[in-house]
Amino acid sequence: MIKIDNLTKIFDTPNGPVTAADNIQMEIPQGEICVLLGPSGCGKTTTLKMINRIIPPTSGRVFINGEDTSGLDTVDLRRNIGYVIQQIGLFPNMTIEENITAVPRLLGWDVNRYKARATELLEMVALDPAVFLKRYPKELSGGQQQRIGVARALAADPPVMLMDEPFGAIDPINREVIQDEFLKMQQELKKTIMFVSHDIDEAVKMANRIAIFRDGRLVQYDTPDDLLAHPKDSFVESFVGDDRALKRLRLVNVAQVMESPAPCVTPQDSLETALQQMEEHGYSHAITLVNQQQQPIGFVSKQVAQTTKGYCGEHYVGLKGLANINDDLRKIASLMFTHDSTWMPCVDDSGRLVGHISQRGITHYLGATYRRDGRQAAPYNLKLA
Amino acid sequence: MLRPALKRASYILALILMFLIGAELQSNGFIEEMLGYQEDVVYLTGQHIELVAISGGIAILIAIPLGVLLSRPGLAHIAETAMQGLNIGTTIPTLAILALSMSLLGIGTLPAVFGLCVASLLPIVRNTYTGLLEVPAHLREAAAGIGMTARQMLLQVEIPNALFVMFAGIRTALAINVGTVPLAFLIGGGGLGELIFTGIDLDEPVMMLAGAIPTALLAIVVDLLIAMLAFLIVPKGVNPLR
Repeated sequence: MIKIDNLTKIFDTPNGPVTAADNIQMEIPQGEICVLLGPSGCGKTTTLKMINRIIPPTSGRVFINGEDTSGLDTVDLRRNIGYVIQQIGLFPNMTIEENITAVPRLLGWDVNRYKARATELLEMVALDPAVFLKRYPKELSGGQQQRIGVARALAADPPVMLMDEPFGAIDPINREVIQDEFLKMQQELKKTIMFVSHDIDEAVKMANRIAIFRDGRLVQYDTPDDLLAHPKDSFVESFVGDDRALKRLRLVNVAQVMESPAPCVTPQDSLETALQQMEEHGYSHAITLVNQQQQPIGFVSKQVAQTTKGYCGEHYVGLKGLANINDDLRKIASLMFTHDSTWMPCVDDSGRLVGHISQRGITHYLGATYRRDGRQAAPYNLKLA
Repeated sequence: MLRPALKRASYILALILMFLIGAELQSNGFIEEMLGYQEDVVYLTGQHIELVAISGGIAILIAIPLGVLLSRPGLAHIAETAMQGLNIGTTIPTLAILALSMSLLGIGTLPAVFGLCVASLLPIVRNTYTGLLEVPAHLREAAAGIGMTARQMLLQVEIPNALFVMFAGIRTALAINVGTVPLAFLIGGGGLGELIFTGIDLDEPVMMLAGAIPTALLAIVVDLLIAMLAFLIVPKGVNPLR
C-alpha cells in the first residue's frame, strides 16, 4: 500500500517558484495498479519521482505499507522499490544477466541465488534465458529491452513498483503485447504499482484506479469505470474523450452482461419446438442450435421456423460470431458491427453454450450507472446505438 | 575481379621498391653506419621509454581523478572555468613549459618528467570530463532509481560507459608525450633527442635519423598498445570496436 500525504513540490526557477505538485493526497491499496494520467507538465511524473526521491519533495510524506519513508535512507528506500523508466535505462556496459541482477547484487545476494533469479525472471518475461542472459542491451529490440527493464525492477521482489511511461517508446503492436503480458504477471505478483501515462486507453486498460492531474493538482481519483462514466469537470471530460462511453466497453467482460442460462435447441428437435421456445423467451429473431457437447453450431431463424416443417438440424444457418465469457465488450461490439447482428451466443473456455449477449443487454448495462444517479440515460445510449 | 588483382600487383611493387631501397642503402654504406649507433639507440630508447612511462603514468594518475572530480555535480560551477584554465595551459608551447620547469627544478630527469606530465595532462582530463558528462541522464536516473550510491554509480555505470572516450584521451596524450620527449634532451633529460639534436648540430644526417626513426616507431607502437588495451578493457556492450 502506498499512501501519499500532502505531497508538494515547488521548483525555484529564474521566473519565480513553480508549483509542480500541489498538496497531493492519495492512497493506493495493496496489489493495485494506479495510473497517473494527465497532459505533460501536469505534475504526474513529479509526483511519481517524489516517492523514491529522485525528486526530493518540498513538503509532505509518503507511507509505504504504513511506514513513513522520510525516516528511511534514500538508498535503502530505492532498493525496495522497483523502478522502470521510459528510456528503459539498461546499462549498456553490462550483459542482460548483470542488468537484471543489479539490485540483488547491491543487496549482497550470493551468486547462485541471483543467477537463478535472473533465469527465472527471463522466463517470466517470455525470453529464453539460454539465448539472452549473456547478450548486451544493444543486441536486443526495443520491446525485448523493455521486458528486461521490467525484469530488472522485479528482481529483488519489491512490494512496490514505480513505472514512468514504461511502454511509451514501444511501437503500438508490441505495446499491446507487453501490456497484456504485464497484466498477466501482475495477476500473480500482486505488486502495488504506480504508473505514469499520458494515454487514456493505456490507463483504462492497465489501471485499477486512475488519478487525473492538471497543473500540479490531483483533479479526480477514481476507478476507470467511474472516471469514464462520471468525469468530475469539463477538463476531465475532455481529457477522457468524447467516446468515453465506448471506452468503458473494454472494462466489462461478457460474463458480467450475458443473460444465462441460454435456451437452445438440438438438431433432433422439430422446428415447432424451436418456435415454441422462441415465443416462450420472447426472441424475435432466432434461437441457438447446439450439438451434443452443448457447443453452438448455428441458429434457427424465426422466419424459417414459422414457415417450414421439419427438424432443426435440417434448417439452420451457420454462426456469425461467438463470444467467449472472458472477452471484453469492446471486442463483442466490434464483432456485432462486423456481422450486423444484435445478439451472440456466449461460450466458456471449453466451447459450451452458457448464455446470450445482446446489444440491448450491453446498452442496458452501461446505462445503469447513469440511471442510478438519476441523470438522463438517453444521450449516452445514443452514442452507443 | 580488377581490385584484388590491383592490390596484389601493388604489394609486389612495394616489395620490389623496398628491396631496391634496401639494396641502395646497403651499397652506399648507410645501414652499416646506422648500425654503428646501435648501442646508443638501444640505451637511449630505454631512457626514452622510461621518460614516457613515468611522465605518462603520473599524468594518467593525476588527470583521471581530476576529470572525475570536475564532472561531479557538486563542482559543476567551477568545472568549466577549470577546463578553460587547462585549455590555456596547453596553448603554452611544450618547449616553453620545459624551459620554465628547468628554471624551477634545475637540470635533469625531474624537470623533464614534470614538463612532459603537464603537457600530457589536458587531453586526459578533458576526455575524462566530457566522457563522464556525456553518459546519458537516463542511465544515471536508472542507476539512482535502483538504489546505487554515488560511488557505485561512478564505478559501475558512469566510468564503464565513458571508458572508450577516456582511452581516446590517453591515446592522444601519450602520442604527444612520445613526440615531446626528444625536447627533454635540451634540459638534460636524455632520451632519443640526444641523437637527433647532436646529429643536427654536427650535420650528421645518419646520426639524426638514428634518433628520429626509433622515435617515430615508438610513437606508433605506443599508439597500437593503447588501442589494444582499449579493445580489451572497454566492456563489450559499449565498445564500438567489438
